This record gives sequence, C-alpha cells and structure tokens, in this order.
Amino acid sequence: MSNKNETLGKTLFVVVALCLVCAIIVAGAAVGLKPLQKKNAALDMQRNVLDAAGLLQPGTDVVALFEQRVATRLVDLTTLELVADVAGSNPTEYDPIAVAKKPGLGTKLAKADDTAGIGSRENVAKLYFINDTDGQLETLVVFIRGYGLWGTMYGLLALEADMNTIKGINFYQHMETPGLGGEIQNPNWVAGWQGKQLYGDDLTTVKIDVTKNITDPAHQIDALSGATLTSNGVENTFQYWFSDKAYGPLLDKIRKGELNNG
Amino acid sequence: MASKKEIKEVLFGPIFANNPIALQILGICSALAVTSKMENTLVMCIALTLVTAFSNLFISLIRNHIPSSVRIIVQMTIIASLVIVVDEILRAYAYSIAKELSVFVGLIITNCIVMGRAEAYAMKSPPGLSFLDGIGNGLGYSVVLLTVGFIRELFGSGSLFGYQILSLVSEGGWYQPVGLLVLPPSAFFIIGGFIWVLRTFRKEQVEPKD
Repeated sequence: MSNKNETLGKTLFVVVALCLVCAIIVAGAAVGLKPLQKKNAALDMQRNVLDAAGLLQPGTDVVALFEQRVATRLVDLTTLELVADVAGSNPTEYDPIAVAKKPGLGTKLAKADDTAGIGSRENVAKLYFINDTDGQLETLVVFIRGYGLWGTMYGLLALEADMNTIKGINFYQHMETPGLGGEIQNPNWVAGWQGKQLYGDDLTTVKIDVTKNITDPAHQIDALSGATLTSNGVENTFQYWFSDKAYGPLLDKIRKGELNNG
Repeated sequence: MASKKEIKEVLFGPIFANNPIALQILGICSALAVTSKMENTLVMCIALTLVTAFSNLFISLIRNHIPSSVRIIVQMTIIASLVIVVDEILRAYAYSIAKELSVFVGLIITNCIVMGRAEAYAMKSPPGLSFLDGIGNGLGYSVVLLTVGFIRELFGSGSLFGYQILSLVSEGGWYQPVGLLVLPPSAFFIIGGFIWVLRTFRKEQVEPKD
C-alpha cells in the first residue's frame, strides 16, 4: 500500500465518497421497497385483528376474510360520533398510535389520568366491527396499549356484542423479556382471557384484575410468574382504556346498538 | 487469475477444514438465537452468506485506496449498508420471517465472521477470490447452523420447515418433544458436539495441550 493513502486529503476523500455511495444505496433500498413493506405491515395488522377475534385458522385467506367480515370505522372519542376520515386518512389508512402525539389529532394526558403510562391518546379511535351473517354485531376489536416493564405493549382486544365479555386478546408488539413478560403472547395465557368480564355489574367499574390468587374467576386473570411489572402493566392498560376516560362511554353507546352502520 | 486449486480451497476450505464456527469459534451468538426453526435458520444463513460475500467483494475492490487509519470504519460502513439493504429486502419480501429474526438481521453487522473475513482476507486479496472466500465462510457458517437447526427443530418441536414429522404427545401422537432444544442454550451443546465429531475425524484441528 502506498503512502499517499495516509494523507489527510485522501482519507477525507475516501470517507466522504464511501459515505455518499452507501447513503445512496441504503436510501434507494428504503424508498424503493417502502410500498411493499407497507402492504406487508397492513396485512400483518389484518392478521392480528382476525387473531384477536378468534377467526384466524391455519390456511385462512386473511385478505378475503377481512374484506368479507370486518368493517373498519373511526369514532371521535369526545363526541362519540362516527367520522369519515381524519386529516385526510380514511379508516384503513388511519393509524391511531402514530397520531396520538400530534397536536390536534391527539391529546396529552394529565399525569393522574395516565394510568397506562402512554403519555398521549388519539382523539379519534379506530374500531373493527365484525358482524354475523344477519348483520348483527358479533365482535368489536379495539386497540389498547400500555407501558410494561421495558416499553409500550401494543395490543388488540376483541369484545363480544355485550361490550363486556372478552373474546380474545393479542399483544402484537411489545418489548417484554422473552420467557417472562414475553409470555403475554403465549397462546395458553391468551386463552385464559376468553370469557372474562371487563366490568362489574354496573357496567362502568373496570374489574379486570391480573393477579396471583384467583378468587373471582369472572374478572381475574392469572398473573405471569416472574413478570410482576408486565402483569401490572397489562392491568393498568385495561384500567385506563376501559374507564370513562377512554372507551367507557363509547362501549356504552355501542352496547345500545348504535354506531354499527354506515 | 488464481489457479483452480486455490479457488477450491478458498470456497470449500471453510466448510470443514477451517470452519468459522467450529474452528475459529466466530459468530456463535446468532447460532444460538435463530436456530430453533429451520426456516429462520435458512434465511439467516443466506443473509449472512450474501453479506459476507459482497462486503468482501467491495472491500477488496477498494482495498488499495483505504487509508489504514480509518480502515475498520470503512469496513463497518460497507457491512452496515449491506445489512440494512438485506433487512429492507427481507421486510419487503419475507415479512413474517423478518419479524421473527428481528434484531438478529441487524446483528449481522457485529457478526465476527463478516468483520473477520474483511480484515483478514479481503484487505489483501483480489476481488474474485475475496468474494469466493465470503461465500465459502458463509457456507461454513450455514453447515453448522443448519445442522443445529435440524436437530433443534426435529427433536424440539417434532417438525422440519414447519411440517410435522414426529407426531407430538400433546396432539395425540407418541413423541414427547425435548423442551430444552427449543431454548437457545441447547445450541451450545449441539455446537460442542459438532466440534467434537469434527475433531474426531480431523485430528489436526485438536489444539495441543498447554
């Protein structure tokens, strides 16, 4: 190797040229493949929704089933009215988690209200309505999220038409410890949620409880061993999202048979 | 141009004679993490082989212009760019596998095999041979990973590439899976066994006693 490689000018030239070339290649790959990746992400979300609702069987044609059974709707959480789009995004494109931090589209939560530790919440909720063959509401799937041990856990909860009985839950994205908190994705634990009641008899107090010793099988779920903070996080997530601060009034309205048209 | 013998040695040497995992003990971390299923293992092997081959190629192409004071950074930049491109491609064409491999695709950057071959071989060899050296070392890595993956999936979950081979007790069959094999530490035992078998047949790999 010659010595002229070691001059300052040559070093700078090589480094800058290399960075430019690499940057162009990386940027090209990222931009060029974006549409395909977006399609995959959308398909993945459809699969998550069907999974939470218990409709996902091996070999299911996700796109066709979703198209046929699921209606995606947007509802303003303050006025409780359906909205056609939010800032130009239609119900399919709308991402409630991404907009939560944007001024005008999301609301910053007061510390005392923020039991789930999410900081801010979207103003307009994205809901998945699944009807039976007679057009009656069978399942409602809603987004929930809350802080676990290492980060925010993102989930979908499926409710039966009474807006109280849990049909399924799917934490599709989280950062909990594999083998401990990560067990929130374990099918055996997930199955334990089926049939639990969100609320007490008054249908307003959130009674879901993730605990060690089950005394009230209608509302309590077995906590994950070795993952107390994750279990608490899951419980806090429910305490927030199904309180009157978030989905409570909305579920009341749907329970009366409204919002499921259009 | 290099002789046929040299090409053969560069390409196939790393598979058994100079295996990066079994002899050089490089790249162990991903060998533990991604080998519980054959499908993930295969994708990881292909990704690593391509990254090693192309990083060797590009580094060798500009090896006479790399100032030695910044050579490690230059190698890292090339390797990191290639890994990002591989990650983007996986997320576009094999989303579910990309999700399972998650962080380990990114960790190819720190896989010692890639850096090791760039520094030890590509910096002083012509592009063609460097490329083959990358493929060869990728194959060496793949042989070990696929062996480990084969044993772990077959005896840990009773399946291969997701197809059920041994019917599990939990589904009414006869096979009681070995739970340990599903967990990453089991790969240690299998790699250890692999090295033992290899050194039984190739005595020259046994290290002299201190």
